[in-house]
Amino acid sequence: MIVTINGKAAELDEPLTIHALLELKEIAPQAVVVERNGDIVPGEQFGEVRLNDGDHLEVLRFVGGG
Amino acid sequence: MSEDSFTIGGRILTSRLFTGTGKYGDDGVIPAVCEASGSEVITVALRRVDLESTTGNVMDCIPEHMQLLPNTSGARNADEAVRIARLARAMGCGDWIKIEVISDNRYLLPDGYETVRATEILAKEGFTVLPYVNADLYVAKALVDAGAAAVMPLGAPIGTNRGLKTREMVRILIEEIDLPIVVDAGIGRPSEACEAMEMGADAVLVNTAIATAGDPVSMARAFGRAVKAGREAYLAGPGAKHVLADASSPLTGFLGGAA
Repeated sequence: MIVTINGKAAELDEPLTIHALLELKEIAPQAVVVERNGDIVPGEQFGEVRLNDGDHLEVLRFVGGG
Repeated sequence: MSEDSFTIGGRILTSRLFTGTGKYGDDGVIPAVCEASGSEVITVALRRVDLESTTGNVMDCIPEHMQLLPNTSGARNADEAVRIARLARAMGCGDWIKIEVISDNRYLLPDGYETVRATEILAKEGFTVLPYVNADLYVAKALVDAGAAAVMPLGAPIGTNRGLKTREMVRILIEEIDLPIVVDAGIGRPSEACEAMEMGADAVLVNTAIATAGDPVSMARAFGRAVKAGREAYLAGPGAKHVLADASSPLTGFLGGAA
C-alpha cells in the first residue's frame, strides 16, 4: 500500500499504526504532531490508528523560529 | 521598585523581553540565552519532520518554566494559520499562538485582514492569540474586537535589525489600544528595545538581533537590561522636551555680579 508522508509517497508492506510508522522512521512520538487526511490525530491514538492505502499524513514538530 | 508585572492570557509575566529560537548557529546556546535574557516567553515554529535524517530537537533546549509561543509562520492566509495553530496546540504545549500571516516574500509584511480573521476564529476556540501585525490603528482595533490577547506591531521588517522604523504608529497604538503592545520584528539593538519600552510598550520580542550576534548570550543579557531600563524610565516619567535651552543651574547669584 502507498501512503503519502509529508508530500512524498511511501510504500508500506503492511497497514501500520501511526505509532509503528514513527518507530520505523525512528521518530519519538511525543515530539511530533500528526495530521491524517487533514484531521489531527491525538497523540494517545497513535497506537490505534492504522494507516490505509492512499492516506495523506503530515508529520510535524517544533523547530527554531521567531 | 516594587514588582512590575503584566498579564497575558492569565499568565503573570515579570520579564518584558520575549525571545525567539530561530537562526542560532547552535541551538545548544539557547538555555544560556534564556537565562541571560531573563525572558519568560519564547517562540518556536512548526515544520514537517525530515524523514530522511534525524536532527536535534529544539524543545530539548527550552527551559521548562518558559511560556511557549508557537508561531504560524508559513501561513499565507487565515485558514492556514488556523490549521497551524490547531496543530501546535495538539503538541500539548498550551494554547498560546502567535499569528503570522504573510504572503509577501520580499518584505515579509503581515496581512492584517487575514490576521484579524484568524484571530477571531482562534480566540473563539480558546487560544491566547498574539497577532503579529503592521502598526495600524484600525487593524489593532479590529484585533481587540476579535479577542486578541495582545497586539504585536512590527518595528521594521522581520530580521532586518533596522530598529523602530514604525515609532510614531507604535506610539499611537500604545496610546489608543487597551491591550498589551509587544513590539515584534526589526529591533536590532538594545537601545532600540529600550526606546520602545520608554515609549510605553508592554514588551518587545527579539530573535534575530540576539541569535545572530557575535556573542548571543551577552547580547541577550544586554537586551534584558535595556528592556528593564526602558521600562523603568517609562514608569519614572521622562521630562519634557524643549526647543530652546533651559538652564539646569540657577541663572542668578553669579560670582562678581551685583547682589
